[in-house]
Amino acid sequence: MEIDKDLVAASATPLVLAILSEGESYGYAIIKRVSEMSDGELQWTDGMLYPLLHRLERHGYVESFWGRSESGRQRKYYRLTRAGAEQLDRQRRQWQVVDKTMKGILSLAIDQAGQPA
Amino acid sequence: MSKPTLEERIGQWRNYLEKWPAVRPADIDELEDHLRSQIEALRQAGLDEDEAFLVAVKRLGDLDAISREFAIEYSERLWKQLVVIAGSPTSPLSSQRDTMLAVRLAVASAVAIKIPSLFGYHLSGPPSDLAFYLPNLSLFVLPFLAIFFGLKRGLRQLDRWFWLAIPFIAAGLLVNLMPFKAGGQTQVLTAIHLPIALWLMLCYAYAGGQWRSHEQRMNYVRFSGEWFIYYTLIALGGAVLMGLTLFIFEAIGLNVEQAIIEWVLPCGAMGAVIIAAWLVEYKQSVIENIAPVLTWLFTPLFTALLLIFVVVMILTGNAIQIEREVLIGFDLLLVLVLGLLLYSISARDPQQPPGRFDWVQLLLVVSALLVDVLALWAMAARIFEFGFSPNKTAALGLNLLLLVNLAWSALLYGRFLAGHIPFRRLERWQTAYLPVFAAWAWFVAVLFPVIFNYR
Repeated sequence: MEIDKDLVAASATPLVLAILSEGESYGYAIIKRVSEMSDGELQWTDGMLYPLLHRLERHGYVESFWGRSESGRQRKYYRLTRAGAEQLDRQRRQWQVVDKTMKGILSLAIDQAGQPA
Repeated sequence: MSKPTLEERIGQWRNYLEKWPAVRPADIDELEDHLRSQIEALRQAGLDEDEAFLVAVKRLGDLDAISREFAIEYSERLWKQLVVIAGSPTSPLSSQRDTMLAVRLAVASAVAIKIPSLFGYHLSGPPSDLAFYLPNLSLFVLPFLAIFFGLKRGLRQLDRWFWLAIPFIAAGLLVNLMPFKAGGQTQVLTAIHLPIALWLMLCYAYAGGQWRSHEQRMNYVRFSGEWFIYYTLIALGGAVLMGLTLFIFEAIGLNVEQAIIEWVLPCGAMGAVIIAAWLVEYKQSVIENIAPVLTWLFTPLFTALLLIFVVVMILTGNAIQIEREVLIGFDLLLVLVLGLLLYSISARDPQQPPGRFDWVQLLLVVSALLVDVLALWAMAARIFEFGFSPNKTAALGLNLLLLVNLAWSALLYGRFLAGHIPFRRLERWQTAYLPVFAAWAWFVAVLFPVIFNYR
């Protein structure tokens, strides 16, 4: 199933913040985690994650630092800041409202579609 | 034809990305780590090198689109690029207006320094005249610099101009109404600290009123460093000019020394303050290349000097001589180390990973701290023995302030190098510390005379 581009874009920020709330991480691992959680249904263009991470850093939601990978390569890690945790909380509440509304209205639509005309 | 190896392919891929000015080498490093992680995972899944590279590049997505996203995120990087190409930071019209403004204000401050001579105060006059000029010197020029920034940043609200004016008015009243003993310790201290206090107040005008912003404060630190370079260059040129003037007039039997000391030197020194500031604003990209070079050059040299000093001191067993001047000397050393640190912090791309130069920088700070602690320890007994004169207290206070700043900087630097914190924390620490320096400068300039009874 192909998920609409706008939906992917809208969910990207809360997803990244939520993954980082589990602990510090880096780009490739974040993408893998998204893929795992959505059973491979949610596919990102990998490269687009990085401008997003940098934007989140500019807003102060995450901070980055350089460390090393297991094989000794330089790797940039990200971690959630306090402001980021607050932002995640706000976004979570927003998504809950959207989610509740969608569930309600979509189940109504299914009922109607299911009834014989 | 042999097929390119994986490393060659990654090299080509990097080259392609490097063409984009908004994408910095550090960003490419980050993307490359991603690419390599992806390739490794695909290789483990059974793909060969070629396939893995192609799939990984495809997954990463359209490089042009990614670069565009970076360009949107980092518009200021692109802006700098445009400046270098076009050679002028602003439209010709507004830069011409700035030039006129700078020239007028430079002339105004040159005139201002001569006004007291209408009332019989002469720079080459008796010591009592000098005692008038010394503490007032910054007041002849810094208000004009404040006007320059105020107009350039478009300060419109009257209350902002009011806030801007207060420190200057207060300073003017204080230095002229306080019953100083001419040439006394407290007067000299005020003369030294007032310019620093007022200079830090100028950050308000420079930042267009947003002096709380850390970014603006860092910009002001950067500006101050670059201004210093320009001012030094102008001063060197001015010295050559004055020397030659003396020489050629002497050749026709005229001594113009008096004219130079009374007119050329003071007017030039005042006007150059404004012109140097205007140059920093106008030719930003030129100095941006000089400042890092100066730090790269001098940081290792000073580090080596300090380390050799410590080793020699241990080997010879020579203790540090206990004189008042020694304390001031060590203050200057710490100021210099802090200056180098600030230069390199302000010139560094905070996104850059830790490198070899960062270790040298840390070594410099740590060795300076070591030397300073040794000096303080050697002097401690003497300081208490002879009581607190104004000079000694000022020197000691500054030393402690710098010690705290550098010790914490060293700690943060270490944590950054260990990969625990982002570089931005170091920047934040320095910009958060600026008000402490400002408060100290005001304290020495204004309250020391009262505390020490105008000694």
